Amino acid sequence: MSNMIATRDAYGEVLIELGIENENVVALDADLSGSTKTSGFARKFPDRFFNMGIAEANMIGTAAGLAAAGKIPFASTFAIFAVGRAWEQVRQSVAYPKANVKIVATHSGVTVGEDGGSHQSVEDIAIMRAVPNMTVIVPADGVETRLAIRAAAAYRGPVYVRLGRNKVTTIFDDSYQFAIGKGCQLRGGNDLSFITTGLMTAQALAAAEQLQAKGISARVIHISTIKPLDEELILAAARETGAVVTAEEHSVIGGLGGAVAELLSERCPVPVKRVGIKDRFGLSGKAEDLLKYFGLLPENLVDAAKEVLLKK
Amino acid sequence: MKEIVAALQEKARGLRVDIIRTLHNSRSGHTGGSLSVIDMLAVLYFHKMRHKPEEPSWPGRDRLVLSKGHAAPAQYVALADAGYFPKEDLKTLRQLGSHLQGHPDSKGTPGVEVCTGSLGQGLSMANGMALGLRLDNSESRVYAILGDGELQEGQVWEALMAAAHYKIDNICILVDANGLQIDGEVATVMNVEPIAEKFRSFGCHVLEIDGHDIAAIVSALDEAEAVKGRPTAIIARTVKGKGVSFFENKASYHGVTPSDEELPRALECLETREYKKGETDI
Repeated sequence: MSNMIATRDAYGEVLIELGIENENVVALDADLSGSTKTSGFARKFPDRFFNMGIAEANMIGTAAGLAAAGKIPFASTFAIFAVGRAWEQVRQSVAYPKANVKIVATHSGVTVGEDGGSHQSVEDIAIMRAVPNMTVIVPADGVETRLAIRAAAAYRGPVYVRLGRNKVTTIFDDSYQFAIGKGCQLRGGNDLSFITTGLMTAQALAAAEQLQAKGISARVIHISTIKPLDEELILAAARETGAVVTAEEHSVIGGLGGAVAELLSERCPVPVKRVGIKDRFGLSGKAEDLLKYFGLLPENLVDAAKEVLLKK
Repeated sequence: MKEIVAALQEKARGLRVDIIRTLHNSRSGHTGGSLSVIDMLAVLYFHKMRHKPEEPSWPGRDRLVLSKGHAAPAQYVALADAGYFPKEDLKTLRQLGSHLQGHPDSKGTPGVEVCTGSLGQGLSMANGMALGLRLDNSESRVYAILGDGELQEGQVWEALMAAAHYKIDNICILVDANGLQIDGEVATVMNVEPIAEKFRSFGCHVLEIDGHDIAAIVSALDEAEAVKGRPTAIIARTVKGKGVSFFENKASYHGVTPSDEELPRALECLETREYKKGETDI
């Protein structure tokens, strides 16, 4: 098990495997194939790869047409363009007809780094989650990305998979069983629950370790499928620990934190603290500096845990 | 050939009657653009396209994407007439629970391939279908029908660029150029001319025809099928509201349906023998 791999690299690898296994798998990109890692598929299967140029709206529509012809298209670009530039195509051409299109977006969140706020998608989970028929998956590491991409290919219908640019800590081993719509408990605990997604799950595991040293027992629930949400797992965590801290590399509006707050406010009201980007755009900088700047480090989760425990 | 043309003219006339009756009944929907495109649909569904109404998912079928999805009534009456679903269903257009949505919805209506209506998106989907069919070595062709006002959407030009780049020759684009859009003349709102030159410069084989001349539509579609290595675009010059004199060339009839008073006059224009005074149903 390698320790660090970027989720986009794992995507590039598994896409080639899927291409070998199923000739109906095709890929599209919008001039970012080297960055999104669809370039490996393009080299291996030039006839089944379509570079659509810098034209994301057309890429998504073309993917919908390929799906209508029985193909399993994977369309990739940066999250900001897949969700932003092509939003209405995703809605009308993909989600509304329930087209079998897999939108795998990379370079999500502030860890895009130096390119700055124009390229850092901090609202894509919220936007995709609001679209009917859409499944939204945010893998935590390379292992989970491979499994999530395979699950997306096997699932019939639109899927949005949110990946990152940088290497992230591998937290799952080969025994991990991924299923769309299922979260997983990575650490037991009774005082509060961290409910996290993407790279913030590794931060939550580190935070739980720090809290343990202070005598606080934190449960860590990883939610990779933000929609449909694993409601039972989240409700059980809320019931059994009585306090919840959510964390995501995304706006605190409408993402995982929003989804968890919606669920708990209706069915199991407990104190909730949402850790994420506080309704603002990103900035240029080094990824690690940005995580610190936006309060997405383990110590921020520790502080949030202490805060939520006071309300318990 | 003469008999074929005459039969298609009669078919188109009957479909116009169905459009008028359907829209009068629904009291909501787009009349003008349905009447301008119906001659092309008549030729496609009743002459040119290989399809099996009793088996809508037949893999060998030619596909039709009505990108100007507001002309859904025209597609619906053609599909019903071809036998995809009972003509009775036309009475449910735009009603809660009907499979005949305000704009084409592939989830519910047999014979509708994709969801359209948000303008500018159909050609991209048609391209994708054509590329998918090509990967399967299928001989099926894809027909994409766009409005001229729709050409104002930038995505159309992205898609056109891609159709030429990928040498998609199993696609035929038809532009229903009726010259009008909701706010008035296309030339006044946002000029899209010269359409033919634009399509040519984007790499299409371009034909310009009278979109109500059945023989011209037939021969243009035949020519399109013979063109290899690039997409063909048929710029069909049409009249919005064609066939009903008091609807013709009026932007105000874009999204307006025939009133009770207009119905008999409209049917009279279409010389329907079936019409009986007092009848207001489909």
